[in-house]
Amino acid sequence: MSGQGASGLSAGAGRLGEVFADRHIGLDRAAEAHMLEAVGYDSVDALMDAAVPAGIRLQPGETDGTAALPPAASEREALAELRALAGRNTVRRSMIGLGYYGTITPAVIQRNVLENPSWYTAYTPYQPEISQGRLEALINFQTMVADLTGLTTANASMLDEGTAVVEGMLLARRAAKSTSNVFLVDEDVLPQTRALLQHRAEAVGIELRFADLAGAAASGDAAIADVAADVFGVVVQYPGASGRLADPSAVFAAVKAGGGVAVAATDLLALTLISAPGELGADVAVGSSQRFGVPMGFGGPHAGFMAVRAGLERQLPGRLVGVSQDAAGHPAYRLSLQTREQHIRREKATSNICTAQVLLAVMASMYAVYHGPAGLKRIAHRVNRTATRIADALGDAAVHRAFFDTVLVRVPGTAHRVAADARDLDLLLHVVDDDHLQFSVDETTTDEEATTVARLLGAALGTPDVALPVKAALVSIQPPLVRQSDYLTHPVFDTHHSETGMMRYLKHLADKDYALDRGMIPLGSCTMKLNAATEMAAVTWPEFADLHPFAPEADVEGSLELIEQLQSWLATVTGYDRVSLQPNAGSQGELAGLLAIRGYHLSRGDAARMICLIPSSAHGTNAASAVLAGMRVVVVACTETGDVDLDDLRAKIAQHADEIAALMITYPSTHGVYEHEVRAIADAVHEAGGQVYVDGANLNALLGYARFGDFGGDVSHLNLHKTFCIPHGGGGPGVGPVAAKAHLAPFLPGHPLQQRDTIDRGGASVPEHHNIVSAAPYGSPSILPISWSYVRMMGADGLKRATGAAVLAANYLAVRLREAFPVLYSGDNGLVAHECILDLRPLREATGVTVDDVAKRLIDYGFHAPTMSFPVAGTLMVEPTESEDLAELDRFVEAMIAIRAEADAVGAGEWAHDDNPLVNAPHTAESVIVGEWTHPYDRERAVYPVRAVVAGKYWPPVRRIDQAYGDRNLVCACPPIEAFA
Amino acid sequence: MSELQYTAEHEWIAVDGDVATIGITAYAADKLGDVVYVDLPAAGSALTAGAVVGEIESTKSVGELFAPSDGEVVEANQAVIDDPSLVNSDPTGDGWMIRVRFTALPTLLSAEEYAALTAE
Repeated sequence: MSGQGASGLSAGAGRLGEVFADRHIGLDRAAEAHMLEAVGYDSVDALMDAAVPAGIRLQPGETDGTAALPPAASEREALAELRALAGRNTVRRSMIGLGYYGTITPAVIQRNVLENPSWYTAYTPYQPEISQGRLEALINFQTMVADLTGLTTANASMLDEGTAVVEGMLLARRAAKSTSNVFLVDEDVLPQTRALLQHRAEAVGIELRFADLAGAAASGDAAIADVAADVFGVVVQYPGASGRLADPSAVFAAVKAGGGVAVAATDLLALTLISAPGELGADVAVGSSQRFGVPMGFGGPHAGFMAVRAGLERQLPGRLVGVSQDAAGHPAYRLSLQTREQHIRREKATSNICTAQVLLAVMASMYAVYHGPAGLKRIAHRVNRTATRIADALGDAAVHRAFFDTVLVRVPGTAHRVAADARDLDLLLHVVDDDHLQFSVDETTTDEEATTVARLLGAALGTPDVALPVKAALVSIQPPLVRQSDYLTHPVFDTHHSETGMMRYLKHLADKDYALDRGMIPLGSCTMKLNAATEMAAVTWPEFADLHPFAPEADVEGSLELIEQLQSWLATVTGYDRVSLQPNAGSQGELAGLLAIRGYHLSRGDAARMICLIPSSAHGTNAASAVLAGMRVVVVACTETGDVDLDDLRAKIAQHADEIAALMITYPSTHGVYEHEVRAIADAVHEAGGQVYVDGANLNALLGYARFGDFGGDVSHLNLHKTFCIPHGGGGPGVGPVAAKAHLAPFLPGHPLQQRDTIDRGGASVPEHHNIVSAAPYGSPSILPISWSYVRMMGADGLKRATGAAVLAANYLAVRLREAFPVLYSGDNGLVAHECILDLRPLREATGVTVDDVAKRLIDYGFHAPTMSFPVAGTLMVEPTESEDLAELDRFVEAMIAIRAEADAVGAGEWAHDDNPLVNAPHTAESVIVGEWTHPYDRERAVYPVRAVVAGKYWPPVRRIDQAYGDRNLVCACPPIEAFA
Repeated sequence: MSELQYTAEHEWIAVDGDVATIGITAYAADKLGDVVYVDLPAAGSALTAGAVVGEIESTKSVGELFAPSDGEVVEANQAVIDDPSLVNSDPTGDGWMIRVRFTALPTLLSAEEYAALTAE
C-alpha cells in the first residue's frame, strides 16, 4: 500500500476536497495495522507479495499501463467533470420510439427507489427471509406483466426487449413439437431485435425466415399457410415497429397448428387498450417495461419482460418469484424453480441469464401500483388520442390507419429534410428512408409538440396550415383488437395512489429487506462493496437520463466521450486493447466474448474449432454461455486443492487438438485462490490454437497487481456491478463489458444504429448484425457514470489500494475464523485472495447443523449470509470487500464464532437436533412474543444472541421459508389479501 | 415380480415378464433432497438404452432418468407427476417412474452389489 493518509484533506496542492479512496476503503491505518498483525505481515505490500504468485505479477520490462489513468480526482472534482460532459449532451424531445419512449418517473419513485440505497444496494434475493420487500415488488411486476399480456406466468425481468425476443426464440425451440429448424420473424420487428435475432440464431444454427406477416394475414389463409409452413415458432411485433396494429391471431394459429410456438413482442402501455397477446393465441409475450417510469437513459438499463401460458413455466429463462410459506405457515415469497438456472444446470440450462434488471422492474411495477389500471389507461388513451389526431390531420399520408402511438408518414423525397427541421425545433423524429419517417407519441408529449409535428409534416406534404383536430374522426384501435378484459385487479394496484400512501408502501417494503445500508453483505463472488453517493449522483441527471439511444450523434457527444474514456480506462487496467460496454450483464459479456472467439476462428477458416474447455470449478454461467455461442463444452478436472488439473488439461487438449476454440478460466479461481499455473495453462491453450477467455468476476482481487491481458488472456468480461461499484439493485442492473486483444476487435459487439463505432477495429469489415448482443448500442449508459466516477476518483493508486484492502480483509476473516470453520482452499503461504470458503461439512458431520442453519442463524445476529454452497456444496464463501471497516468485520467474526458454539451445543446434546436456535432460525418478533414459548433455549438467546445486535436490531419479517412447498405449488402472482390474514 | 435390481445410475428395476418398472433408489432420492418436479416420457415413447428420458428436479439439484434398455414406455406414473414428494417418501413403491416393455436388459446390479457401490 502506498503512503496516503488514512483520512483528511488531500496533500495535493490546489486540490479540492478529500482523497476519495480514504472514504471508499473501510480500513484506516490503525485497523490495517491490527489486521496485518493478525495475518502475520508487516505491510500490505508484503502480504500481496506473498499472496499473488510471481508468475502473474508484472514481469521486468512490463508496464502496467495504469500511468495512462488520470490522477485521482476528489468527489467534487469528478462531479464537475461529469457536469461538463453532461453539458455536451443536448436533450431534445425524442419521438423516435422503436422501443424507447419518454416517460414521467413519478418523483416519489425516483426518490424512494432509484435514489434509495435500501433498494439499490440490495443483492439478488437468494436469502428470501431477508428479501421479502423486493420479492413483493417483483411479484407485483410479474402480476402486472401477466395481467397485461393475458398470460399465466411472467418472470422477474429480462435484460432488455431485444434479448428477450432471442430468449423467446430459444424457448420456442425447446418447447415446440415441430422439429423444424426455422423461426419465422415479422418484418415489422424493431431493427435492433432483427439484428439480435440474426446474430444469435446463426450461432446456434437456427434459420430465420423474415416475412410481412400483417400483409400475409390481410391476404388470407393461403398466404398465411404459406409463410407459416414448417417453422418451430414465430415472433410478431404487436404493435409493429412501424406502428401498424394488426391482428396476429391467424398467424399464431397457423404456426401452432404446425407444432410451433407463438411469441408476441409487445408494449405494456398499448396493452391497456389493445387485446392481450394471450387472448390472441400467443404462447409467449416479451417486451420492455421502460415506458413505465424508467428514463430512456441513452439505452438502458430497463427491465425487459417475458410471460408464458400455463404449461411453459419451467421453460422460462431468468428468475421467477413465487409464493411459498414459512415455518409458521404464513405466506412468504422466494425465488422459485432455482434448479432451472445455470448454477445447477450448467450447459443444460435454459438460458445463461443470471443478473436481470430488478431495480428497474421494481420501478416499473411501482409505476403501475401508483397509477393503477385506470391511471394507466388514462395515460394510454391520451397517447393514442394525440397520435390519432396528428394522423387524422395528415390524411392519407399516414400509412397505417390502425396503430397505438406510432405513425408512419409518407413524405416523398423529404424525410431527411423534415427530420432536420424538426430537430431545429428540438423534436427528434425517426427517418425510415428517403420517403418515410415516423414518430411516436408518449406520456410526455404536449399538445404544442403534437401541433408542431403536424405542421412540419403538413408543410412537407403541401398543407402547411394543417390544424390538429380536437377530436379525430379516425379510430385507430378497432375491434377485434379493442381490449375487453380487465387487468391489474389485485388490490395492490388500487391502494397506493396518494403520494403519502406510495411513500409509506415503499418504506414498508424496504424495511423488510437487508441491504448494504444495514450491514455487511459478505457474499463471495459478488463483491458487495460501497456504491458511493457521488458515484450515483449523475444517474438521474436529465442530460444522461433523457437521451434516446438512437438520438443524433451531435446530441450525445458528452455521453460518447464518457463511454470512450471508460473503455480506454478499463482496457488499461486489464491489459487489453479494446473494450465494448454493450453487454448488459456478466452473462452477456461472456457470450459476447465467446461469440468474438467464434467469429475469429471462422474468419480464419477454422470452422472445426467449436470446443470450449471449462474447469469443473467454473461458474455455471460459463457453460451455459458457451452453448449459446454454439460451442460444445468439455469439462477439465480440478485437483483436490481446487486448481485446474494441468495433466487433465493437457490430455483434453491432446484429445481435441484441432477442435479447441477456447478455454474459459476464472482468475483468481472461483475457489478464491490465486492459481500458480495460469500462464502455463494459457500457453498450453495457445499452442493448441485456442483462445483464452479469462472470466473477470474476481477482478477485485487483481486490479493494480496483475492484468489478464499480460498473463495470457485474449478476452474477458468484467462485472462493473462488482469491481466497479455499480450497485446490485436487488438483482440488476449489471454491466458486463467485454475486453479483448486487438485481434478480436473486429468481432466485438457493435450496433446497426450506433451513433459511431467507439471501437477501433483496425478497418475490419463487420457483419450486418454488427455482432450485437444487447438492444441498445452502448448497453446501459445511464449507469456508466458510476464506474466512470469510481475509476476517476480512485486513480491507479486508489484502485491498487482497494485490491490490497480487499485481500487483507479476506485473509483477516480466514485467520480469525479458521479455528471455528476450516478454510477449504488456500494458495501460497496459506493465503486466500479476496474471498475465502469456510467448510461447514465437518460441522454437519459432528453436530448435524447444516449450512442452511448457519446462514439463517446469521440473520438473527444481524447479518446477510455469505454465498451458500457455491462453488462447493456445504460451504460458505465469504467476501468482505475493501469497503467494510474493522468493527463490522469483527462483528461478523463474533457472530460466526458464537454460532459455532451454538452448533457445538447441539452436537453435545444440550439442545435437540430438531429444536435449537439454529434449526429454528431466523426468529421473527412474532415467534418470540405470540403464544407459549416451548423451546429449550430462551427468547433472548433467540433474538438477542449477542449484545451487539440489541441496538439497531434487524427483524426478519418471516420465519424460514419452505423451499419445496413453493416449487411443488407454483404460484407466481400476487396472492389474495386473505392469504395474509 | 422379481426382486429389485439396480443400475450404476441409481435406478432400480423390477422385471415382470417383458415389462420393467423403473424408479430411482432411496439413495438417489436422499441425495437429491426434496423432489419438486418429475418430467417423464409419455406412454408409447420409444427408448434408447443409455439415453436421458426424464428429469427429477429437487429444490437443489436436477437428476436425470436414464433408459436402462431399448424399449417402449407402457405407462408413466401419473401419481408421481402429480405428487413428486412420493419419490422421497416411497422411492421403490408409489414413487416409481415408468413401466417399459423391453426386448433385452443389460447386466444389472444385485442389491448387494448396489449397496457396495453406494458405500464407497
